[in-house]
Amino acid sequence: MESFRDKLVPVTSILAGVVVLWYVFAVILNAPFQRDLDTRANETPGAVEFIGKTLAQPKPTLPAPHQVAVNFFENTFLRPITSSRSLVYNAWVTLSSTLLGFAFGTALGIIIAVGIVHVTTLDRSLMPWIIASQTIPILAVAPMIIVVLAAIGITGLIPKAMISTYLSFFPVTVGMVKGLRSPEIMHLDLMHTYNASASQTFWKLRVPASVPFLFTSMKVAVAASLVGAIVGELPTGAVAGIGAKLLAGAYYSQSIDIWSALVAGSIVAALLVMAVGIAGRIVDRAMGGRPA
Amino acid sequence: MTGISPAVVAASKLGLTFQTNDGPVQALSNVDLTIGKGEFVSFIGPSGCGKTTLLRVIADLEKPTSGTISVNGMTAEQAREKRAYGYVFQAAALFPWRTIERNVALPLEIMGLSNAEQAERIKRTLDLVNLSGFEKKYPWQLSGGMQQRASIARALAFDADLLLMDEPFGALDEIVRDHLNEQLLQLWARTNKTICFVTHSIPEAVYLSTRIVVMSPRPGRVSDIIESTLPKERPLDIRETPEFLAIAARVRDGLRAGHSYDD
Repeated sequence: MESFRDKLVPVTSILAGVVVLWYVFAVILNAPFQRDLDTRANETPGAVEFIGKTLAQPKPTLPAPHQVAVNFFENTFLRPITSSRSLVYNAWVTLSSTLLGFAFGTALGIIIAVGIVHVTTLDRSLMPWIIASQTIPILAVAPMIIVVLAAIGITGLIPKAMISTYLSFFPVTVGMVKGLRSPEIMHLDLMHTYNASASQTFWKLRVPASVPFLFTSMKVAVAASLVGAIVGELPTGAVAGIGAKLLAGAYYSQSIDIWSALVAGSIVAALLVMAVGIAGRIVDRAMGGRPA
Repeated sequence: MTGISPAVVAASKLGLTFQTNDGPVQALSNVDLTIGKGEFVSFIGPSGCGKTTLLRVIADLEKPTSGTISVNGMTAEQAREKRAYGYVFQAAALFPWRTIERNVALPLEIMGLSNAEQAERIKRTLDLVNLSGFEKKYPWQLSGGMQQRASIARALAFDADLLLMDEPFGALDEIVRDHLNEQLLQLWARTNKTICFVTHSIPEAVYLSTRIVVMSPRPGRVSDIIESTLPKERPLDIRETPEFLAIAARVRDGLRAGHSYDD
């Protein structure tokens, strides 16, 4: 835990800096509207009172950190988790399609990578298409996937998960192609001297050698999956999920709700990346990795 | 000597030319060589003389572009498919995710041996290289010399009669190297294997070998073959004897005659 303590001070000082800046901008951005209100009400508050008011608006342009914190706390801990306003409930809805899409994406990514590494034709034909697939803006593709799938009767979890899959298979493919090609020439020569078959070389050398690459790419993929799930909730008028909360907040100018949904999304993302990281470390240790 | 025992390795007019971006490079040219059963043959020469390439041709890791090579009376490819040799690389090349015993087990798994047979051979070969008690360790937990011994155990594990060693102790310090040279000689005496050993150390070549093949570069070729007159029993201090020094001097002369000391 030495590294944790080493990081604590720098990370918290950056956080403190961000919070201070946030307050400064909250005052600056909310000031014009507050001035409008005061003029209409014929009030001339002092500087301190004025600043206090800019930080307590019900629908501020930029909510202050404490407003977001209070909203987040109420919607996370003070509501029953079955309530549609509960952030836990909404986070779970998004999380479930994220995990499903991530699982699909990882599996698809690995399968494509195995194909690319072993079949020269696939290496030449597939890779350009895979790269092209990621240059298409997901915001343009997402509604089409949702609409087309809804037309054939598939709604709910699967369409959102497919968007997650679409975003998450790519980093896994790229990482696994690199990982499966990572064994040293000497190790490949060694297998050659044993007259090992292609499948023996694959399972005993290429697969174990690719494991660190897999976990690195899965960290990127799980974050991409979450983005995919949230984007998938936007165009459908989904009733639940982090994306739905963001959209509803935008409709009704509930800026505090938007920000606290954003915080919830970030926390889910951080937890997912951490979970993959911990899983990676456990596997590394089980494979005889040198403790760092 | 080679007339009496059957040839383990026989090369005739062997040549290998690599096509590189700077044009063809003749790595081996006109190599004639016969190695009999039970011999310990060292290949010595400066970098670029083709000694490693020759070893890789015997191992069927490179294909010759002219001439013929036979290993155990077969083509090099057939011999490799029959797992006729164990190969030790310059680095230990252990799989970092396998323990020492699982590393030794790797060729045995590929051969499809039973678990009991594997366990027996792992124990025997680790004993042979004095690594008993380190079965469950991972490679990074061992010193460089111990790692290289583990890789020798792995090469011995599948009981091939021929051991091909490509500068196996090149990366180790001299003290460890002396020790491993001594152990290798004992192992050779006990197992009666044929060993082909690439090195660029004159004392190492003279100390270990029954025959020293001196090679020279541009093009890679055999410039001299020296029979050792040293007895089979060789304590480390044999290296101080006039007989040893005379052979070393002959190797040095052979290298000089092949212009190995030119720039």
